[in-house]
Amino acid sequence: MTDATTDATAGTTADPRTDDDHVYLTLSEASPGPEGEARWAYGTGFADPLLGVDTDLPPGVDGPDLGAYCLMLGDDALVLSQRLIEWCTRAPELEEEVALANLGLDLLGQARQLLTRAGQADGTGRSEDEYAYWREEHDFRNVRLVETPNGDFAHCVARLLLFSTARLALYRRLTGYADPVLAAVAARGTKELAYHREYATAWTLRLGDGTDYSAQRMQAALDGLWPLLDELFTAHPVELRLGVDPAELREPVLRELGEVIAEAGLTVSQAAPLAYVGGRAGRDGVHTEALGPLLAELQVVARAHPGATW
Amino acid sequence: MSASQMVDQPLEGHFETVVAAEQRIEPRDWMPDAYRATLVRQIAQHAHSEIIGMQPEGNWLTRAPSLRRKAILLAKAQDEAGHGLYLYAAAETLGVDRAELTEKLVSGRQKYSSIFNYPTLTFADVGVIGWLVDGAAICNQVPLCRCSYGPYARAMVRICKEESFHQRQGYELLMTLMRGTDAQRRMVQDAVDRWWWPSLMMFGPPDDDSPNTAQSMAWRIKRHTNDELRQRFVDMTVPQAQHLGVTLPDPALNWNEDRGSWDFGEPDWSELKQVIKGQGPCNAQRVERRRAAHEDGAWVREAAVAYAAKRRAEGDLAAGGSAADEHAADEPKGKDEPKEKGTGR
Repeated sequence: MTDATTDATAGTTADPRTDDDHVYLTLSEASPGPEGEARWAYGTGFADPLLGVDTDLPPGVDGPDLGAYCLMLGDDALVLSQRLIEWCTRAPELEEEVALANLGLDLLGQARQLLTRAGQADGTGRSEDEYAYWREEHDFRNVRLVETPNGDFAHCVARLLLFSTARLALYRRLTGYADPVLAAVAARGTKELAYHREYATAWTLRLGDGTDYSAQRMQAALDGLWPLLDELFTAHPVELRLGVDPAELREPVLRELGEVIAEAGLTVSQAAPLAYVGGRAGRDGVHTEALGPLLAELQVVARAHPGATW
Repeated sequence: MSASQMVDQPLEGHFETVVAAEQRIEPRDWMPDAYRATLVRQIAQHAHSEIIGMQPEGNWLTRAPSLRRKAILLAKAQDEAGHGLYLYAAAETLGVDRAELTEKLVSGRQKYSSIFNYPTLTFADVGVIGWLVDGAAICNQVPLCRCSYGPYARAMVRICKEESFHQRQGYELLMTLMRGTDAQRRMVQDAVDRWWWPSLMMFGPPDDDSPNTAQSMAWRIKRHTNDELRQRFVDMTVPQAQHLGVTLPDPALNWNEDRGSWDFGEPDWSELKQVIKGQGPCNAQRVERRRAAHEDGAWVREAAVAYAAKRRAEGDLAAGGSAADEHAADEPKGKDEPKEKGTGR
């Protein structure tokens, strides 16, 4: 047993009566600053993550193109974050509640930075919320992989595995990009996506090499999502003009995925990529039927109160 | 006198001395069965409340009207899942396990705080829950940081810090809404009108109808009576309501100069009893969601256990059948992710 009067970790003091008062006093102190308390709730430190990064557009980078590209990456992160949020209170175990919320927060943080950068780069000065809440479905530039409705936990893991493997490879390249803001977002995102990939890999192995049933679920999830993977490697003219051809990621990402899938005792799907619509897909604002309802839910409160501050 | 009683007498004397001296009882110390049972019930109920409590706010996660508010709310939900984890771990030091407690929750044999059986109807409810519900929880929980049972007391220190952070965030949201449009102000007042009385009921029935309080106070599990805590909460909250510019829906609310405290009206105890009995607006829905998540996840947990067993068997083989390898390398080592359940702790 521990002597309460000397247990510093428990924050107790010798006199129980004054101790309570002391704690109440700390609680009622209003300290709005984000510093110091951010550690109590991961992801809620709202100090500008790009503090000190030069936001001027570097010479030679086309503003509207950079803005469009930031929307592509920002929308990917925002929409996948929304799908992860839908898991909240539905995860198979409490550890997974914590982890999925954590992943969702990382992606939401990336989305906020990227949408903010889009507004700076395209010259409109629009805020993250103007992009998130006031654009129509066809103005969203995310790939279709992130918007398809949630399935079972294997689906969640499979989508995370495909997305995080590809996004990590991309962010690693972008850390050296000419735009210092995008490079900074990518540098931070690299650390986050490395964890997402590790998490998804660990669960792919557990489900693939767990029970017969879990192996079937994991295989079915990978097979179902596989046709959506190729869109992440299919260049949009904006990407080509900016010198960030995602086709270069295809081979290394497929190799990495193949290794994980093999280790899990599963097989790589041979399914062909999902067709485009008249040559257009997510990056051109042509989505699946799933994005509309997702956005309707995401935007409903904001749109009911135009001009309001939250 | 039985043999066990003969053994227990000096142990019980020691227990009483330790508790009376404001020292801590730790998991391996002897403790009376009733003390253990009371703690298991209370800590489990507390853990369940954290987990069920994610639902009412989670209702607004997908619709939060700004990305900043969405991030704050998501971080809060994550904290609550974390609190549930610490608390289940504290309960496990008393010889029960999380799976068993979860089973009792989803089958209705263990309770959670009745406040979570009320619906969240607008986004302002998110702010009011932070301000009033987390505020009331803090009043209840701060004294638990000095609870005689060490693991519970230590878990409460961290939980209280995070709760106070959530409370300030809730209050900050309400301040923003009150400075906003008329519709936003109406939303806040409506939410306050709905949550005020249920918040007062979070402290439990009045003292003369609270049979377990005396024993819990003697054991230094509980430090103040329900009515003392309720008064403390009202006294802390009224000035905050005035500062915010909302009206608390109690015509009897009046400053009592002699007592140096606020007088307030009587909550509707019959409503509390109804909600406790299972007739609250959301009782069935909350338990059903938790049950569905638990059952839908069964195959995932089974897979994790099977996977870990395979790796252990491989380890045994590699080690020539010697002591089992814990296979720490198979565990995800991500930030914030505790060791997975069922993989050899």
